[in-house]
Amino acid sequence: MTRRGRRVGLPLPALLLAGVAVAFFALPLVGLLWRAPWSNAWTYLTDDAALTALRLSLVTSLCATALSIVFGVPLAWLLARVDFPGRGAVRALCLLSMVLPPVVGGVALFFALGRRGVVGQYLDEWFGVTLPFTTAGVVVAQTFVAMPFLVITVESALRQLDPRLEDASRTLGASRWYTFRRVTLPAIRPALIAGAVLSWARAFGEFGATITFAGNFPGTTQTMPLAVFLSLETNPEEAIVLALVMVAVSFAVLVGLRDRWFGAVGRPEQVAP
Amino acid sequence: MRAVVVLIAVLLAAVSCGSDDAPSGGAVTVFAAASVTAAFTELGDAYTAANPDADVTFNFAGSSDLVAQISEGAPVDVFASADLANMAKLTDAGLDADVPVVFATNAAEIIVEAGNPEGIVSIADLADADLVVVQCALEVPCGAYAAQVFASAGVSVAPKSFEANVNAVVAKVNLGEADAGIVYRTDVLAAGGRAEGVPIPDGINVIAEYPIAVTAGAPNPTGADRFVEFVLSQAGQEILASFGFGAP
Repeated sequence: MTRRGRRVGLPLPALLLAGVAVAFFALPLVGLLWRAPWSNAWTYLTDDAALTALRLSLVTSLCATALSIVFGVPLAWLLARVDFPGRGAVRALCLLSMVLPPVVGGVALFFALGRRGVVGQYLDEWFGVTLPFTTAGVVVAQTFVAMPFLVITVESALRQLDPRLEDASRTLGASRWYTFRRVTLPAIRPALIAGAVLSWARAFGEFGATITFAGNFPGTTQTMPLAVFLSLETNPEEAIVLALVMVAVSFAVLVGLRDRWFGAVGRPEQVAP
Repeated sequence: MRAVVVLIAVLLAAVSCGSDDAPSGGAVTVFAAASVTAAFTELGDAYTAANPDADVTFNFAGSSDLVAQISEGAPVDVFASADLANMAKLTDAGLDADVPVVFATNAAEIIVEAGNPEGIVSIADLADADLVVVQCALEVPCGAYAAQVFASAGVSVAPKSFEANVNAVVAKVNLGEADAGIVYRTDVLAAGGRAEGVPIPDGINVIAEYPIAVTAGAPNPTGADRFVEFVLSQAGQEILASFGFGAP
């Protein structure tokens, strides 16, 4: 990629401000590393409770990401491609959970899906399904806060995609599904991956909605962020180690998300040689 | 759009006015456990009514969070803890100016939905596996008390969740998502009509002691002493009693 090697003369003020921004994000991390009890770190890391929480966090956040893709891509497509009345309102509604305080989101989920909720009471009555205090509840809470990140990323990619590509595919006799699969999806793949990773990161770090809606029980609903929060009460050293584990896992994933995935959508020459 | 701009302007004005309030000579900053929020708010009002030159600012949070904030150098005059253990952490760190005094007690109680639909009358009833019972996490005082109560009663209870604080337990019962929880008597009183309490017999109950102390780094030690005296005075104790706290 030529972009990586390109040098742009950045004006000095911008460079300084960018430097401040980097320090702003780096310093808290340095603080964590500075306070970390390195001599005891291994004991905390291999603690059963911590490993259980980490495993639960990985499983639930991946499930939430999968759900976000399954429902979020069609939603993004609807918002980008179908012109219907009230589209702006629907978009705002679907992105609301990004700005809603997560604890409020958790309470709202109770009103919707709790055992006294609008829908939840029937889930309980007809199917015997109760989401609060279950692992499924954790996934629901995480998906609720994470999916908007995927929707917003994919929708913007779909909007930037030249519709003539899809038109061409259709004129050449491809079905809608074939066109979506072979033309649209490959073209928005970078955005889809970026959106999925952002959703995953949000789900992995989710705290407020989870502890409110799903509660806190080791093995079923106690994810890493909850474990960190509770160990702050009694053992701040352990909390720091657990927090660093979360940071390390997220850092690895986000570094893996290379620059180019944050670029624009695939250009026509990449899609149709 | 214009309404939004006006709203923002009003909010900004409100915020800037708030920050203009410079602390007066009698300003006292009190860090107090979340469970005394309502009682201390009223205590503060009564205190400033009796001492017009005084100004009390509260910071309510979990006792252990408050200890952490004070240890990190938060400017505070008085610390009121929900348990002796957290106060001891400060005393041991040399951050208390004098020996802490117990100013109130609180008892654990079973909280159930209004009308007690599940007919819960004792700790033993909570062993029913069909009930959704929640309690505080063992890391926070109310969770440790709940565990002690279950142990003293010889009952094995399987809670569905270990909540981060007592307010979360109350909220889950209020919302109807949990059938019962273990909280403080004062919490049941504060929930008003939305929940009711089932007392735990004295023999197996835990009495929580609430200590108060002036901090070593108090910016206003005189004001701090005066506030603590007020909490321990008859007027202060009457206010605490009206919120369900027991005498020390």
